[in-house]
Amino acid sequence: MKTWNNKAWFFVLPVLLLVAFSAIIPLMTVVNYSVQDSFGNNEFYWVGLEWFQEVLASERFHNSLMRNLLFSGIILLIEIPLGIAVALAMPRRGWGVSVCLVLMALPLLIPWNVVGTIWQVFARVDIGLLGHTLASLGFDYNYTQNTFDAWVTLIVMDVWHWTSLVVLLCYSGLVSIRDVYYQAARIDGASRWAVFRYIQLPKMRRVLVIAVLLRFMDSFMIYTEPFVVTGGGPGNATTFLSIDLVQMAIGQFDLGPAAAMSLIYFLIILVISWVFYTVMTHQDNESVTDNRQGGG
Amino acid sequence: MAKITLNNIAHSYDGGSSYALKPLSHEWHDGGAYALLGPSGCGKTTLLNIISGLLQPSEGQLLFDDVDVSALPTEQRNIAQVFQFPVLYDTMTVAENLAFPLRNRRGADKLSAAEIDTRVQQAITMLGLEALANRKASGLNADDKQKISLGRGLVRTDVNAILFDEPLTVIDPHLKWQLRTKLKQIHRQFGHTMIYVTHDQTEALTFADKVVVMLAGEVVQMGTPQELFDTPQHTFVGKFIGSPGMNILPCELHGAEAVIQGHRIALAREYPALTGVIELGIRPEFVRLTDSGQGMPVQIKEVEDVGRHRIARAFLHDHPLNIIVPELQPIPGEPRVVFDSDRINVYQNSQLVTGERPS
Repeated sequence: MKTWNNKAWFFVLPVLLLVAFSAIIPLMTVVNYSVQDSFGNNEFYWVGLEWFQEVLASERFHNSLMRNLLFSGIILLIEIPLGIAVALAMPRRGWGVSVCLVLMALPLLIPWNVVGTIWQVFARVDIGLLGHTLASLGFDYNYTQNTFDAWVTLIVMDVWHWTSLVVLLCYSGLVSIRDVYYQAARIDGASRWAVFRYIQLPKMRRVLVIAVLLRFMDSFMIYTEPFVVTGGGPGNATTFLSIDLVQMAIGQFDLGPAAAMSLIYFLIILVISWVFYTVMTHQDNESVTDNRQGGG
Repeated sequence: MAKITLNNIAHSYDGGSSYALKPLSHEWHDGGAYALLGPSGCGKTTLLNIISGLLQPSEGQLLFDDVDVSALPTEQRNIAQVFQFPVLYDTMTVAENLAFPLRNRRGADKLSAAEIDTRVQQAITMLGLEALANRKASGLNADDKQKISLGRGLVRTDVNAILFDEPLTVIDPHLKWQLRTKLKQIHRQFGHTMIYVTHDQTEALTFADKVVVMLAGEVVQMGTPQELFDTPQHTFVGKFIGSPGMNILPCELHGAEAVIQGHRIALAREYPALTGVIELGIRPEFVRLTDSGQGMPVQIKEVEDVGRHRIARAFLHDHPLNIIVPELQPIPGEPRVVFDSDRINVYQNSQLVTGERPS
């Protein structure tokens, strides 16, 4: 007879409790709100999937989603190549390494709202160093009134804040490449481009997957910085999903639609991240399958 | 293929306070198979990297066919080098890996796609990689990966030299033998100048026409396997080559006679009076075990049976002495040893001294 010993469950229990309070219960509360309507007095009515249908059909949601996708797309297109380029240019040995690493890590240590405040002041036309300089040079720059200027400011701010993360990740991939690979490339007469294409890039792929995923998720959820810098304006020009969501939930106190929207928001991030991950690790799986065929 | 001349080549990794490679002058013939043999840290890889240009020597000149290439970067030296651990381009297939060094050629050396294809096919057949040609290189086992690394060196038929840096370290023992034979065969067929770094004497002796034995950044002897076996120039070579290595025993010399702890041993040659540390070298193969009452008494500590013969680990007074005993010969109860006088070498301060045959 097999004896069952269930004592091990007691060790898992604290984690279960922690996860329940930090994730499962809040999430289920949101699910609960998303399928009900309330007219105050803590009275709730079952409405089914109505809020979901309403959110998905609303133009306001579409516009915010498009802004998010555009923003994430742009900053990925800038930060990933720029991060790789900076990582390639960083020294591999000597005292320069620590200097570069510290400089790179600095922006990452600044809290989001402080970054927002720094740029809010920095870009002001009346007193900001950047804004005032641009204005004196004759540029018609004003991020509080011009949509394009507001976007440029937010993108430059995000690039300034987060490219370091991509740099550090890529750098960690680069320093793990053993010298012998570069030596073999020299023996084979490989060009600088071939070394990047066939040695450095493949060896960086894993960290690049992480970099793309982190930067996508973070930028797609961006809230604090645009909230501080532009407040979602001018008009609704920089109202991203997160800002929209807060307005709906806290500003208008529409709990049902806000709950439905946050669930949709959550699912979109999940799905897009999954797609990124699957596409970027596709090659790995291919070689694993190859292995099995070879072994069989 | 080229003749390689080293002209006072030396290297120091710390700006001259100590030498990893002491000044060295040698000429390596076009089409020769050389092995650099020595313990770890003796400077053999340093020397190899200097030849391929991965390392710039602190001193001296390097010439390929009498042309000074010291200042040329690796890419322009047209050298193939195979490293200790397999180096592959993971995203390419096996065939693409082999084609890579050929595809990188520009200008006058540029090869047509058909030409590249032919050469890659040749290399694939040579190494028996037909079944893997279109597989991604990343999923292969270490043996195959190292074969591909070898192949990337062999695919360039016009290289000045092919350098091997302990290329068989990661290879399975049975395949090691096969690949070494293959390399030998390729060498005979194409006549590349090959330089092979190893710390394994069997590898060096079976691969090379000439073995260069190194110790602490210096070449202690360069010679054929036979020369290294018969007349080691230095006691280190004697001890390093052979299994077990040469017995080195301190002795006194009196003309054509050596004296060890009062025992007289006749020598085949006559020696002048020598000062310094005098030692006698005799290979275990030429020490005969006897119970006839002749020779010097020894104490046998243990006997190892290695199959073809046995190795007796003995002591001649306080000095360890290895003796190779033929398979069927019994170990006598009161063992004595006799040295084959023709095979005795005499060393002064570790260097071989050649005596004169008495007329």
